[in-house]
Amino acid sequence: MKYLDEYRDHRIARALAAEIVQLTTRPWVLMEICGGQTHTIMRYGIDELLPRGIELVHGPGCPVCVTPLETVDKAIALALHPEVILVSYGDMLRVPGSHSDLFRAKAQGADVRIAYSPTEAVKIARSNPDRKVVFLAIGFETTAPANAMAAWQARREGLTNFSMLVSHVLVPPAIRALMVSGNNRVQGFIAPGHVCTVMGCKEYESLVRDFRVPIVVGGFEPVDILEAVLMLVRQLEAGEAKLENQYVRSVSYQGNISAQQIMAEVFEVADQKWRGIGLIPQSGLRLREEYAAFDASRVFDLGEMTVDEPAECISAQVLQGLKKPTDCPAFGMRCTPENPLGAPMVSTEGACAAYYHYRRHAVAK
Amino acid sequence: MSTKTPAEINFELSCPTPLPAKDTILLGHGSGGKLSAELIRDIFLPAFQNPVLARLDDQAIVNVNGQRLAITTDSFVVKPLFFPGGNIGSLAVHGTVNDLAMGGATPLFLSAAFIIEEGFSMDELRRVVNSLRQAAAEAGVQVVTGDTKVVEKGKGDGLFINTTGIGLVPEGVDLSADRARPGDKVLLSGSIGDHGIAILAQREGLEFETQIQSDSAALHTLVAEMLGVTREIRCMRDPTRGGVSSTLNEIAERSRVGIELEESSLPIHEEVRGACELLGLDPLYVANEGKLIAIVAPEAAHAVLQAIRRNPLGAEARIIGTVNKENPGLVTMRTPFGTTRIVDMLAGDQLPRIC
Repeated sequence: MKYLDEYRDHRIARALAAEIVQLTTRPWVLMEICGGQTHTIMRYGIDELLPRGIELVHGPGCPVCVTPLETVDKAIALALHPEVILVSYGDMLRVPGSHSDLFRAKAQGADVRIAYSPTEAVKIARSNPDRKVVFLAIGFETTAPANAMAAWQARREGLTNFSMLVSHVLVPPAIRALMVSGNNRVQGFIAPGHVCTVMGCKEYESLVRDFRVPIVVGGFEPVDILEAVLMLVRQLEAGEAKLENQYVRSVSYQGNISAQQIMAEVFEVADQKWRGIGLIPQSGLRLREEYAAFDASRVFDLGEMTVDEPAECISAQVLQGLKKPTDCPAFGMRCTPENPLGAPMVSTEGACAAYYHYRRHAVAK
Repeated sequence: MSTKTPAEINFELSCPTPLPAKDTILLGHGSGGKLSAELIRDIFLPAFQNPVLARLDDQAIVNVNGQRLAITTDSFVVKPLFFPGGNIGSLAVHGTVNDLAMGGATPLFLSAAFIIEEGFSMDELRRVVNSLRQAAAEAGVQVVTGDTKVVEKGKGDGLFINTTGIGLVPEGVDLSADRARPGDKVLLSGSIGDHGIAILAQREGLEFETQIQSDSAALHTLVAEMLGVTREIRCMRDPTRGGVSSTLNEIAERSRVGIELEESSLPIHEEVRGACELLGLDPLYVANEGKLIAIVAPEAAHAVLQAIRRNPLGAEARIIGTVNKENPGLVTMRTPFGTTRIVDMLAGDQLPRIC
């Protein structure tokens, strides 16, 4: 497959790894932001190819993992309304809320449907005028334009039975929050390529400047990740802090302007709670006032829910790169993908699930 | 079907905290992965305990008057009913014939039971039955008994079919999932993921254009040809629900051995790879309906591979891995990067209702 096979070529990967080894004179802690990148690292064993001194810690970029427990609980409550069809990305179905998950709600009779695209949800609303269709609109800047498009389309068509339960998060404020937190260890970031495809590299300039931290926008294939690591190590070893773009085949400086426009038309920036991390100012998106009729949290009386995470789950530290999934005493024991204590064990992009699926054998030894 | 990983077993020894109660059936219980295995282990095995069932192979083999009789049953709830490369009727023959064939049995007779929803189209039923008849004729099996039930509108999903098959196991053939030994080779008869992706491409809400056809086919002739070459085949399985990964995990578990796959040797059609890439699926977990996995003694592996390749259904056959004694119960995969990762059993449900 073009644009894929060459980025999975083990000869290129090994050559990059050798170059990294040669260049590295001291230890560096690097964070890949996106869960997709974490998944690739574990799947291909990229960390095993790197010199011992390079530590990769895994960032908060798994949309399912950082969606607040309250949102999951609200989605379950909505799904159990007999008139509601709840439409969601597949990964959200297994995320445990405080008492249940959407799969269990479905088993209890809730009409829960999986869609690959939010416009499918609009289509479902159109063909089920007697039902209320709620789309669980979660994710980073990557899913925001398509989610915005769904709301925009529903409004244009005058659909009165479509709404979205929105829990959108933004990457740059999260990096800022990590950098200002007292216990930050990260010395360089691999920024998420797909988010930057939408938003462009430009958003990351101020972070580089304010914190003198190198940021490389990276792709998702093994060669992408190794090249991004090489670019970061090269900067760090030279004492530089620049914004660089490794994922040039997809990311431009300005990003996708039409996508940004539809996002801006439908959403506005707001404070947002991140599961496992807490409230980060101005780090999320909510529907604008003009779209209030499509905001499920306004259409339905959901009340205020505040819920606590299972005390044993260390996902907060995992998502901030302070701990590895395997540092958790519950890992692979009381917390498995079948019986997850926290979201990072659920999603295919979650750091804990990636370790569990691909590395259990190494941990057990 | 016990599917515990070493880590989970440790947990039971070291920590008395019970897992969260499971009080309802979820779709994942039918996925052929971990939840299905749990259901069998916790509900069905204790209820029907007997040595034949305890083997947990795709078919039961019982002695009747000196003959070894193979019996198997399978229910088909595939949606949509018609898909590129087949329909629920042909699938109901192939699935059951293959379950007999994986025990080395020559399939002889089938039963067919139809659960039909009120309002179902008579024309579609005719098409399904016709296709079932044709598949049975091609496989050389006769449908000798059957049953029909009609359920009220809304209480079924169009049409469900159950088929039971009976066959005879030739003398000297002994195939079982607990017979894999370190050093054995893992053979796969062709490309993976075709059936699952062909079905998925037809699903409501997911329609995408593809030329991928289901690989649904009866494999008993191929099996007979393989057994004609050597009796050093330890075990055969058709990787249906849960895909190649779940099948190999079951074998690793039952034989208490490890299995290491070579990623670069997996035959995957370009279109299946593309669709999986797009949908975020792993072809190792996607269902097949016309492929088999054989665990073969190392000295016989090459001869068996040649035999498979001589059959049109096995033209793309490969040796994809080796049985080892490290990590008993675990399936691992050597990546082209020289690193190793686990190939886990499917935990939840990747594609609901594909067979």
